[in-house]
Amino acid sequence: MIKNADQIFVLLQHWVMSFFPHALQSLVGVLLSVVSIICVFPALFAISVLLERKGLGRMQNRLGPNRVGPLGILQPVADGLKSLTKEDIVPTSADAVVHFLAPVFLVVIVFMGYAVLPMGRNMTLVNLDAGLLFFFAMGASTELSVFMAGWSSRNKYSLLGAMRAVAQMISYEIPMLLASLVVVMMTGSMNLGRIVDVQNQYTWGLPHWYIFTPWGFAAFLLYATATTAESNRSPFDLPEGESELVAGYFTEYSGFKFALFFLGEYVGMLSVSGLGATLFLGGWSAPLAILNWVPSWIWFFGKVMLSICVFIWLRGTLPRLRQDQLMNFAWKFVLPLSLLNLIVAGLWRFMGEGLTRWVVCSAILLVAYVVMARVGMRKERFGPRSYRYAE
Amino acid sequence: MIGHVTALQGYLLLAAVLFAIGLAGALTRRNAILVLIGIELMLNAANLNLIAFWRYGPHPEALTGMMFAIFSIAVAAAEAAVGLGLVIHIYRFTQTTDLGQMNRMKG
Amino acid sequence: MTIVFYLIAAITIAGALAAMLLKSTVHCALALTIAFAGLAVQFLELDAQFAGFAQILVYIGAVAILVVFAILLTRGSEAPKGGVFSKSWPAGLAIAAMVFAVLGWAVLSSTSVLPNETAKPTVSVLEIGNALMGRYVLPLEIIAVLLTSALIGAVIVAKHEKGSAK
Repeated sequence: MIKNADQIFVLLQHWVMSFFPHALQSLVGVLLSVVSIICVFPALFAISVLLERKGLGRMQNRLGPNRVGPLGILQPVADGLKSLTKEDIVPTSADAVVHFLAPVFLVVIVFMGYAVLPMGRNMTLVNLDAGLLFFFAMGASTELSVFMAGWSSRNKYSLLGAMRAVAQMISYEIPMLLASLVVVMMTGSMNLGRIVDVQNQYTWGLPHWYIFTPWGFAAFLLYATATTAESNRSPFDLPEGESELVAGYFTEYSGFKFALFFLGEYVGMLSVSGLGATLFLGGWSAPLAILNWVPSWIWFFGKVMLSICVFIWLRGTLPRLRQDQLMNFAWKFVLPLSLLNLIVAGLWRFMGEGLTRWVVCSAILLVAYVVMARVGMRKERFGPRSYRYAE
Repeated sequence: MIGHVTALQGYLLLAAVLFAIGLAGALTRRNAILVLIGIELMLNAANLNLIAFWRYGPHPEALTGMMFAIFSIAVAAAEAAVGLGLVIHIYRFTQTTDLGQMNRMKG
Repeated sequence: MTIVFYLIAAITIAGALAAMLLKSTVHCALALTIAFAGLAVQFLELDAQFAGFAQILVYIGAVAILVVFAILLTRGSEAPKGGVFSKSWPAGLAIAAMVFAVLGWAVLSSTSVLPNETAKPTVSVLEIGNALMGRYVLPLEIIAVLLTSALIGAVIVAKHEKGSAK
């Protein structure tokens, strides 16, 4: 019974597949998985948007939307209807083809990332051997669509926002890759299913999640920082900050195309949360051995929504970073720490079991953090103010 | 001459076409950056050649072709970075990327 | 040869042709991205998954963006005066056609017994890692030195010098 609840989607898929002739069965199975991904994650997007608006509202000491439906629950429906029926304005001097293709490209690529995420026991769409590499390849391709959106609008503010966004995304891509590389190093495989399987073991009832190790904890924090920056979320949302650049690279988009960009951003956020849950939080495994009766997909989606809540919390709490502060942070703090983390993880592996390795590795990481964060990033002395004009 | 074209020959022909297109572009376009784009196309065509020979060769488990292609990707990326840096530097001096106008040794 | 090969080959060649023929430089860079994507799919067709995903990650995720940034920083998005092709374009085209003819003749008239179509190599990332750390460790280290020197070189070449003529 418990196993059935855990595997309910797999069983449903096999049941539907059994209606079709043998030759078509695998195609039908894949189509079913794809359709369910395309239905589930935009639904989660709607929930996240509502959660964000209500959550931010409460953090800012106001109610969120509360007109549409009880407690504002139907607000995403109203938003969706609005963006579908709004007039689609394309500026005359904009590059029509690129302007049209940019949101399409973004949404397609962002959805491709879900193909390798293990959403439950036996619930991965494609169990690729180089699954993590595929995910990061898709993540790297989204930057180009951001640029396409900004450039095709023929708008100085859009272009500026796009350049900033792309520079930020490239800068934080490397720490994200290095933080995930630690997990690959310690697991010995890039297969996401295998990474979850290794974390699915329990010692004294506590799981072997990578976040509970010193290097894993540091890697998780670095990964969380890097993915916040990759998704252009606060405190790294200068490229799309409303008070800075109108709306950044999607200023000239209205109606459904804007909705597609919005969808792409949130679905991207959900997918990197899913990857973070897989790499560090044990994917679909339960936090305690006694809780194994709860279906695995509930744990996965619970962890994803928890990450979304943390994203929303960060947005409501921290002030925005300036562009040069953001880039400084990436190259001078996050990147060296992630390289150090790799070394510490190697040290962990070669030190053998026992308490020593916990103490040594935690000590190295803490000292490095304190030295780099407190000493290395101290404010510069302010001299007389100098002006640099545009030429 | 064209009897039965095997799969390997198909991939090699595709690589040859891409190489020729890249070469034509590198030799005829005026913008320095487009010349670099042509060079990238040529490198990619060579990579396709390498992978095709690796796949259809006698010992694919030795991984030689794939390793060669991966190193080639890394080298091409480094070369693109340096080349584009040079183009930007030259742009600062001559205020143009038009190769037709860079016909003096002075400056 | 399968229909997938022909389709992806058509897309790749179309992208490459567009990259070399279009007037606007940014459009050329975006068409180049399509060519890169087509090539990545060809790598996947050839069972070289690691190379295919590395191609997407490196070329589309980094080189294409680099090219686009360089175009924007050198005002390449403005319309060029004097045409986009150089004055000696027939010579370039003839040379490229001759190169293609020679390559095509060499490919089509070869009588090698090479094609190994039945055995599908299953290469795992573990084997690639072992090979990189075992047999190919020297090229790996040399690539590391090369990339570091290219990084330092590109930064030095492209940065603003203090006090120089702008």
